[in-house]
Amino acid sequence: MTVLRETWIVFHRAMRLSLRNPMWSILMLSQPLMYLFLFGPLLKPITAQISQGATTNAYQVFIPGLIVQLGMFGAMFVGFGLIAEYRAGVIEADRVTPASRIALMAGRVLRDVVVLVAQSVLLLLAALPLGLRAPWGGVLVSLVIVALLGATFASLSYSVALITKSEDALAPLLNGIAMPLLLLSGILLPMQIGPTWLQRLSDISPLKHVVNGVRALFRGEIGSSSSLWGLFWVVLLTVIGLAVGARTFRKESA
Amino acid sequence: MMIEARGLVRTFKTKRGPVQAVQGVDLDVADGEIVGFLGPNGAGKTTTLRMLATLITPTSGTATVAGCDLAKDPVGVRRGIGYVPQSGSTLPEAIAGDEVVDHARLYGVPKAKAAADGQRLFEELDLPGLWRRQCKTLSGGQRRRLDIVMGLIHEPKLIFLDEPTTGLDPQARANLWDHIRGLRDRGATIFLTTHYLDEADALCDRILVIDHGKIVASGTPEALKQQVSGDAVRLSLADAAQAPAASKIVRELDGAVEVETDGDVVGFRIPRGGSVLPGLLRSIDAEGIELHGVEVHRPTLDDVFLTMTGRSLRDEKSSAPAAADEKQEAMA
Repeated sequence: MTVLRETWIVFHRAMRLSLRNPMWSILMLSQPLMYLFLFGPLLKPITAQISQGATTNAYQVFIPGLIVQLGMFGAMFVGFGLIAEYRAGVIEADRVTPASRIALMAGRVLRDVVVLVAQSVLLLLAALPLGLRAPWGGVLVSLVIVALLGATFASLSYSVALITKSEDALAPLLNGIAMPLLLLSGILLPMQIGPTWLQRLSDISPLKHVVNGVRALFRGEIGSSSSLWGLFWVVLLTVIGLAVGARTFRKESA
Repeated sequence: MMIEARGLVRTFKTKRGPVQAVQGVDLDVADGEIVGFLGPNGAGKTTTLRMLATLITPTSGTATVAGCDLAKDPVGVRRGIGYVPQSGSTLPEAIAGDEVVDHARLYGVPKAKAAADGQRLFEELDLPGLWRRQCKTLSGGQRRRLDIVMGLIHEPKLIFLDEPTTGLDPQARANLWDHIRGLRDRGATIFLTTHYLDEADALCDRILVIDHGKIVASGTPEALKQQVSGDAVRLSLADAAQAPAASKIVRELDGAVEVETDGDVVGFRIPRGGSVLPGLLRSIDAEGIELHGVEVHRPTLDDVFLTMTGRSLRDEKSSAPAAADEKQEAMA
């Protein structure tokens, strides 16, 4: 199929550029690593309380939050790269080719997903000596969730970038979305330890359910309702994100 | 016909209300022609070009480009055209040859053929040894030629060049003109925009003059210049007091028009100015009028533009607001 071939060409180009200049990917990974080493140890003493007795391993609670955060934040800012490409005339040059508009987006999103999954694996490996223990199956499904989250946020980021075409508009917009999402999703600490009103408020955030799902998967509860709800939400988000992205790429190309 | 456009209109929404950047453009470009779109910034050149290259949709109007209908078969149009934008087409961090090959592959050109064709084009366009260089290390002229390689890599029969030599030094411009002529010699049709008169004059078989979104004149550079009534002659007098007397003599000449006096200078237009001059100088001498100097100017495309629009092409201030709109659109 031509679309797949074109997606591969766009992916290949984007991946080559990322590998040529890996600083960005390394910087994006440094944030969760800092959380892991500098914030993680603080959780150990309160593990029993936050996990409500289900486990005594702090990292089983903490790492799922970190990889969801990575999936979200790592992908959220890819729009800046697209604006740089736009300014250089690359997007316009892509658009005068007969290539499918979907492929122009999908290839770039695919690159972002590959980078994110690689970063997540590195993060998991770094957490092993600290005491992370989790079943293989749960971890694999969690990586799929991270990939889908990455695809969602990357497409949305590209959409907003293509519509605003300005770093000055994109930065405050993304930060405005990122902060409440981070705080209301229980990424750093589970929402269950908060007051009831905050828990109800956090129910609005689909990401909270995704984080809870990944935590369940890390405990090995693959078929549990938490993990199934997490999967449901992430798939729904992905469908919405990709649809919005595809629509923008088609429309903005006339 | 390589391009056949009828009634192209493009309206933009701006904060000050809708602006009609292109107001009903008809144009025909035959196979193998170099046609130039000449006009000041903001006249609607780039907008028209972007419509013909499928980058923006016309508000109304129809066009057939490279044998395909613009509205019904934009993908067919894209296959047949190469587009070299004003803004460049490669990422500064990327390797020049990689960008060329990937671009070609999006047209379905196999990788090996793309690399071979690309390297051959690098030689032809004076970019030897730059295949593996980062784009940002190339000079302005080299990057422009790299953009042209990007536009040519799939061997299009029609090439759009948007302000191809803007920002280049005179030597690089002359060099690029040679390359553009070379493209035509290989059978391509070229449609370019420019706001440089000398560029349109030197390069184009035919010129379309556009102003405020409308084509106001079209023809070969020579034919356009002939539409201006004659050469411009300027007589500089030694004494401004003698200007009325000199003006009187000039007015009596057969075919003299636009006789104007400005201090000690008397200016007018007359066909074949050079051959009228000896007789004129004798009459002036006979009246005892002393001259400091005489100038005769062949009409330029700027005169054409002035005749058609009442404004000089060099006077860009009058069109500045429209230019801002076009820039805004170029971003949209």
